[in-house]
Amino acid sequence: MADIRTLPEAVAELIHDGDCVAMEGFTHLIPFAAAHEIIRQGITDLTLVRMTPDVIYDQLIGTGLVKKLIFSWGGNPGVGSLHRFRDAVENGWPRPLELDEHSHAGMANRYVAGASGLPFAVLRGYRGTDLASRTDTVATVTCPFTGEELAAVKAINPDVTVIHAQQADREGNVQLWGLTGVQKEAALAARRVLVTVEEIVDELTPSPGGVVLPGWVVTAVARVPGGAHPSYAAGYSVRDNDFYQAWDPISRDREKFTAWIREHILTGAAAR
Amino acid sequence: MSDWTSDELMTVNAARALAGVRKTCFVGIGLPSAAANLARRTVRPDLVLIYESGALGAKPTRLPLSIGDGELADTADAVVSVPEMFNYWLQAGRIDVGFLGAAQVDRFANINTTLVDRGPDRPPGRLPGAGGAPEIAASCGEVLIVLRHSTRNFVDRLDFVTSVGHGGGPDDRGRLGLRGRGPVAVITDLGVMRPDPGTAELVLTDLHPGATVEQARAATGWPLKTAADVAVTAPPTDAELAALRALKAA
Repeated sequence: MADIRTLPEAVAELIHDGDCVAMEGFTHLIPFAAAHEIIRQGITDLTLVRMTPDVIYDQLIGTGLVKKLIFSWGGNPGVGSLHRFRDAVENGWPRPLELDEHSHAGMANRYVAGASGLPFAVLRGYRGTDLASRTDTVATVTCPFTGEELAAVKAINPDVTVIHAQQADREGNVQLWGLTGVQKEAALAARRVLVTVEEIVDELTPSPGGVVLPGWVVTAVARVPGGAHPSYAAGYSVRDNDFYQAWDPISRDREKFTAWIREHILTGAAAR
Repeated sequence: MSDWTSDELMTVNAARALAGVRKTCFVGIGLPSAAANLARRTVRPDLVLIYESGALGAKPTRLPLSIGDGELADTADAVVSVPEMFNYWLQAGRIDVGFLGAAQVDRFANINTTLVDRGPDRPPGRLPGAGGAPEIAASCGEVLIVLRHSTRNFVDRLDFVTSVGHGGGPDDRGRLGLRGRGPVAVITDLGVMRPDPGTAELVLTDLHPGATVEQARAATGWPLKTAADVAVTAPPTDAELAALRALKAA
């Protein structure tokens, strides 16, 4: 059974300096509150994994906690660039950022391999692109049945996967619904799993298309209403598109960014 | 003088390019999404829109800001996981057309969305990266690209090949084992380019009203060839413009 914890306790217990951490959520259910807690605790030298490292990883990268990023699309969806990510890659500020870069199909399959306990996954992908030449986690395999050449991608097994979900029960069983992205695979690929939830209920009611993670594959659950903001939790909140637009000018400037993190994450109500 | 913007001209013509699609369109965010949603309101009402976030058959009432807006899931025929989307739906060849944007496109409609060279004194400019595009370009039945026409966007040589169009010529897709036909049209704010059936090189086949061959050549980073008869696209209709503006305002 998963332990029900406060967010600061759960982050301190599960996530350590140098860990490989996946914080997933495809636009929906992005675990922002947990990332902010990582910033407050100053957990550093992280390898971060995420298909779409949007604003959540821009914040972690800009605070200097990240040494490596494994990803497939790094932008502010519908708005433009991730300026802290760009500054780290282009100028090494506040520290150099090592990249392992893939396509979405490749990343999704790396998680599938990780969740399946396999060393790699197979897909039709990467052919003719420059992507494969810049990573050691893509290779070619020959199908033993047809002789077709296929791409092989190395499994991802994060030390910790962090996701946000709508509900958990008191045993730590978790349910999420709506766009559920790659969260199930990311959770099952990880050694430890932290789930923040909108609410803890007496009994989970099955939701159409819902994904249920039994409490025995979840290490800890923390109740964090609004913990996906500025992304959203279907049934609880809507995407704060204004924030994503506002992030562009905040993140363009190193000082403005640092002041924003200080004011909104490190001090004030959010810091408790 | 016309009463539409060049972006509206581009989006309207990008929507028209979907008129003949059999059923399904894998939609990139931004210009492709605007065009695909306009097509559902004009030339192709029953077009099935597929967003990589997991929405199959999304019917948004307004233009989504991101590919994962709740509106897409709420209006979809089915919502699937991301691995399922890429493996069962895209890779298996179930999608008729992929609609992509780009940062750079070369004469064989190969796409770069990863990084751009900025000269010897500066590090390469970092772009978002591949996302779903490499496999969309590989596996959809065919591919449409929409992109503003400039020498910055249409380059002689890509700084990075993120997604393969026609590689280096007409046989390359087959050689690489890419199953779809690849790019069939690139729609810009000046006109439309299509691959030459013999060489796979992009050739200017259409100009929008008011645009000239000279303008298109000046905005292309390679010596742009033109079709024997360059057609002129029909001006946007009142209905098309009204539908596009209503989408953007919603």
